[in-house]
Amino acid sequence: MRAQLASVATRFVNATSRRLGRGQGTVAGGRVGLRVDPELLEHLSTGRQVVLVTGTNGKTTTTRLVTVGLGASGDAVASNETGSNMPEGHVAALAGTVAPRAVLEVDEVYLPRVLTATAAAAVVLLNLSRDQLDRTNEVRMVAGRWRAALAAAPRTHVVANADDPLVVWGAGAARDVRWVGAGLRWQRDAVGCPSCEGRIEFGEGGWACTSCAFARPVPVATLAVAPDGSATGVWSDGTVRPLALRLPGRFNLANALMAAVACEACGVEPDDALSVMATVEEVAGRFTVREFGDVRARLMLAKNPAGWEELLDLVAQGHVPLVVSINARVADGGDPSWLWDVPYERLADRTVVATGDRVRDLSVRLHYAGVAHTTEEDPVRAVARAADHAAGAVDVIGNYTAFHDLLEHSA
Amino acid sequence: MKGALRVAVVYPDLLGTYGDGGNGAILARRAQWRGFEAELVQAVSDDPLPEADIYCLGGGEDGPQVRAARSLVDDGTLARRAGAGAVVLAVCAGFQIVGRSFPGAEGEPHEGVGLLAMETVKGEGPRAVGEVLVDVTGLHDLPVLTGFENHGGRTRLDDGTTPLGHVTVGVGNGGGDGSEGALHGRVVGTYLHGPVLARNPALADVLLSWALGGASLAPLDDAAAERLRDERVSAVSRRHRRGLHRRTGSDR
Repeated sequence: MRAQLASVATRFVNATSRRLGRGQGTVAGGRVGLRVDPELLEHLSTGRQVVLVTGTNGKTTTTRLVTVGLGASGDAVASNETGSNMPEGHVAALAGTVAPRAVLEVDEVYLPRVLTATAAAAVVLLNLSRDQLDRTNEVRMVAGRWRAALAAAPRTHVVANADDPLVVWGAGAARDVRWVGAGLRWQRDAVGCPSCEGRIEFGEGGWACTSCAFARPVPVATLAVAPDGSATGVWSDGTVRPLALRLPGRFNLANALMAAVACEACGVEPDDALSVMATVEEVAGRFTVREFGDVRARLMLAKNPAGWEELLDLVAQGHVPLVVSINARVADGGDPSWLWDVPYERLADRTVVATGDRVRDLSVRLHYAGVAHTTEEDPVRAVARAADHAAGAVDVIGNYTAFHDLLEHSA
Repeated sequence: MKGALRVAVVYPDLLGTYGDGGNGAILARRAQWRGFEAELVQAVSDDPLPEADIYCLGGGEDGPQVRAARSLVDDGTLARRAGAGAVVLAVCAGFQIVGRSFPGAEGEPHEGVGLLAMETVKGEGPRAVGEVLVDVTGLHDLPVLTGFENHGGRTRLDDGTTPLGHVTVGVGNGGGDGSEGALHGRVVGTYLHGPVLARNPALADVLLSWALGGASLAPLDDAAAERLRDERVSAVSRRHRRGLHRRTGSDR
């Protein structure tokens, strides 16, 4: 009864806040609902198959891929699509829907709490690396909390990236883990062994601690990318499944493979799931081509060194001008020192326009990286200026709030 | 000076968490831009610490910090080279390491390299996180330093140890006297990230000039850094006046 009331309150407040044009209407209602019934998330999760997706990078995209993949079963699937990845957002996504399945993106620090509340059928652990250091805890501490929480959830299937030692540590005490060889481009947060204080060494196709037995587990599915860019998922039973995505980049192939294994753990054929995932063109505005007046801009999000490492691979292949927009608002973390962990030297041949609230930090970084660039405080004007150099097409990379600002200002 | 200037980033695998690796890159670049030969070495913790003219230490997590200190004490090169006049820039966890002792994850004391006469203990209350402005008193003619601090420890300088300066915004050493950082000979310690030399090119040139035997350095185009400094100083002072700055962990 209380849960029903809380659920109604959640929906009412969200609908009202949407009508008033105050945001996407997920947090306020969720907060009210949780005030009325502190165990609302427990109640809303009862009787549903819940999948949780967490990690530093790729959460939103993977959540979307698992959602459409599970949809291949014919069941309705609820999800917190707006990216509100704390309990307020979770109850908002579940209130008022009878969908038998739900896929929830979860902030990495909140995973233990949300796992307990939802008694999730499956948890997807993507990767762990430095991000918003002025807000979040040390990545090792987060991995330790995952480990304890998953050890206490024996009925949960865990789908985890075998190539990230911190993720393997976090998943390592769980009863049922499906390891996925999803790759790890950024390895600098995983050098110290989380098990013994020894040192992790990365080599061809694996990693191991030099002082203890902690090493890469054997995956049930492994990502294989051919030189021509075509990709497959190779299952340990010998099945090879093509990964054809409209989303660009190696990291999205990895996300899709993790999503396919999660769907398999939830009783959906990976072939069926992958064929629906192949139709996804964009996720919450990421990778979409948007229009700013007569300029066509491909919008991308990178909010930390690991994300940048992957995106630099992608944009380094292109030749169109690049706009980089950096903010340091609350959701970004207040300290943009991490710009110095990004190898911007690789942009030396590109036409670059720097922008965002912290354009001056970025400009100093690019100066020392030997990247000739212009600066423009206003992000929309920065896009226009970049387009002066090319036939109306540009790439744009922003960190979290910078990306959302640009998305809002485009059509 | 004979041969190339060698700038070593000390243990980027352990002390590389807060972008402080930029300090070494900035020093090498500023030397090269002035026509000096300069070499940047990433000195990983598995190998013996190489001979260098400048050593840069950065911030890191608790566990890696303890391992870094142990390796540096056992290795001995850093103390020996500092004694022979090499320049050391030590930031955050690195700053704590070059003192006499510093706290581990549970607050237990660990032996430092002992280049600076000071001790760090675990602070009570929340971490010191936020923008910092420092009036420099330990070095001549340096403009105000700007940076970003993020630390849980409090550093107490021995009587007679020279602080780098005094905070006008932020926490700094957090020992109650308003001091920030410490200096001894050519060893400079500070809590400032940013990285500190990106935001404060004048400090970079003091270190370079020491390492180059007191050479006078031609001015460089620091327009981008000047714009960043202006913005940070005015944004931070404005926020500070409004009382919104997070001055956690300070009893001042």
